[in-house]
Amino acid sequence: MTSAAPSISMLYQPRLARRKACNVVFYVTGAAVCAMTVALLATLIGVVLKDGWTFLTVRFVTSFPSRIEPELAGVKPALFGSLCVVLMTGVISVPLGVGAAVYLSEYAGDSRLNRFIQLNIANLAGVPSIVYGLLGLAVFVRWLHLGSSILAGSLTMSLLVLPVIIISAREAIAAVPQSLRQAAYALGATRWQTVRAHVLPSALPGILTGVILSLSRAVGEAAPLLIVGAAAFMLSMPGSQAGGGAWNKLVAIGTDNFAVLPIQIFNWCKEPDVVFQQLAAAGIVVLLAALLAMNSVAVGIRLWHQRKRTW
Amino acid sequence: MKSLSNWWVGSMVLSGAVVCGLAGASPAQEKLRGKIVIDGSSTVHPIGLVAAELFNAAQPGVNIPIGVSGTGAGFKKFLDKDASLRTSINLASRPITPGEMKTAADQKIDFLEVPIATDGLAVVVNPSNTFCKHLTLEELKRIWEPNSAIKNWNQVRPGFPDLALSLYGPGTDSGTFDYFTEVVVGKARSCRSDFSPNENDTILVKGVEGDKGSLGYFGYSYYEGSKGRLNLVSIDSGDGKPVAPNMETVRTGTYHPLSRPLFLYVNKEHYDKRPELRAFVAFTLENAVKIVAHKHVNYVPLDDKAYAAVKAHVAAGVAGSRIQEHKAGTPLDIAALYQPGVGGSKSGG
Repeated sequence: MTSAAPSISMLYQPRLARRKACNVVFYVTGAAVCAMTVALLATLIGVVLKDGWTFLTVRFVTSFPSRIEPELAGVKPALFGSLCVVLMTGVISVPLGVGAAVYLSEYAGDSRLNRFIQLNIANLAGVPSIVYGLLGLAVFVRWLHLGSSILAGSLTMSLLVLPVIIISAREAIAAVPQSLRQAAYALGATRWQTVRAHVLPSALPGILTGVILSLSRAVGEAAPLLIVGAAAFMLSMPGSQAGGGAWNKLVAIGTDNFAVLPIQIFNWCKEPDVVFQQLAAAGIVVLLAALLAMNSVAVGIRLWHQRKRTW
Repeated sequence: MKSLSNWWVGSMVLSGAVVCGLAGASPAQEKLRGKIVIDGSSTVHPIGLVAAELFNAAQPGVNIPIGVSGTGAGFKKFLDKDASLRTSINLASRPITPGEMKTAADQKIDFLEVPIATDGLAVVVNPSNTFCKHLTLEELKRIWEPNSAIKNWNQVRPGFPDLALSLYGPGTDSGTFDYFTEVVVGKARSCRSDFSPNENDTILVKGVEGDKGSLGYFGYSYYEGSKGRLNLVSIDSGDGKPVAPNMETVRTGTYHPLSRPLFLYVNKEHYDKRPELRAFVAFTLENAVKIVAHKHVNYVPLDDKAYAAVKAHVAAGVAGSRIQEHKAGTPLDIAALYQPGVGGSKSGG
């Protein structure tokens, strides 16, 4: 019997050296791919920082674009426009998207219609953004007579990000353990009470991830807003012509023409003069910083909620 | 809400400070309010931008959003079916077309045609290309006409070296493309399809710069902005005397026929109703030389006689297009063409 021992131990090490080599190769490949991604990003940030460095002052975010003295130009109206659009997009799309996700996963049964709706939402998430721009132009700008306004732009962006928000919120809600719901029902909670007090708080980190990703996309998109008619250059702030109270001001902002950062950057990039290229680079840094700030706030909220979670 | 309005006041003060800082003291005059929506050609938009900036320095209450859709797309917005969506001014790097004039007539839109500057088209080659100093219009036509068989420099003119020819030009949406094809090929928008098109003149400059056998064309001001990186080609319009574009030859029309007028088209109904629009157009014409020759605009101003005629033309409120009476390719005398009461406007109103 002793003669069988080595053969058994051999049985547990078939081609061990080869498998270990494979492991090393895979590790190295993975690390290289990861390093390449980081290096690409670092190169991008390095290049725009180098080009835009001289313009990265507080003045850059507090002044207007200028053709006369590009050295004094800034992105104030574009930054303000971008923030308005993303804020309004969030206000419109988050309740709609999360509401739809709650309905689809908690209330609607597993009917054929429900599956059809979900299939369509998944497809909508893959529709090119320019198509949403055309839809926004036809429906919001023309049919609803909103003109090329911040409101029309935000509504268009909401259409664009809604599918992503719905899908990610649905995934997050589906990941909440069934036992949690059953425990709530067992204690006599209604479906709404269960959703509000247990399912939504537990799913919040996942929902927020989807919201962050989609709002970040809304900040960076240029194509749909170009179609909707965002201005290339604004020399005063949206709504600055309106008088009266805060409400009048808000309405004026919502219905005024606007510029956004990506389009401003795009238009500076088109200029032959090197100073405009530097302005574009500085604009890119501001856009990245705005994105990063948004993301970190949301990541913070997510971490905080994850720590509270006990399962 | 309070913090928002505080922020708002702060930003207003700041913006005022910035604008005043830019333009120095502004003359005291009636303070206008309102909005002037401008769109159109990417070639002309620097003129619109500088005009708006200077105007805003004196009239900060007028909001002037400027879009850069291109001349054709700009005319679509200028002549929109929905009156509430129409732009007040379209910046155009070519005259309005008969088709666009028909649309305007169908919708009962009267417009003022305001020539504001001249621009030359620069034909350029790679800096390493020392053999091609000039081209005749005929040679350009053979290179650019539809289905042209010319793929090598030695097919352009006997004596040119064996070097593959690669072509760069503005995209088919640009007014520059319309203008070049009309003058060179003889029919607007008729052009061979195997060239590298780009709406972005910077990319065209880079393309010609990085390609030894390249030949490209774009607005003369873009050449001014990239001098030294490209070689300029003189153009022989058929009389055996090649002319290179520069500020002087473009202004006097000696650089013929590749120099062209640039226009503002102004919605006449808006113009009649809105004092801020009248003030803006008057301001732009009054300061035209300063605006057009600004180092970040770099077009060639019209001469004083021409500006005087255009001012009178606008002041008289003459609707319709006078440029239609001018045949592309022949020397253009704007002063004579826009003299009020002279040269009957077919679509005058």
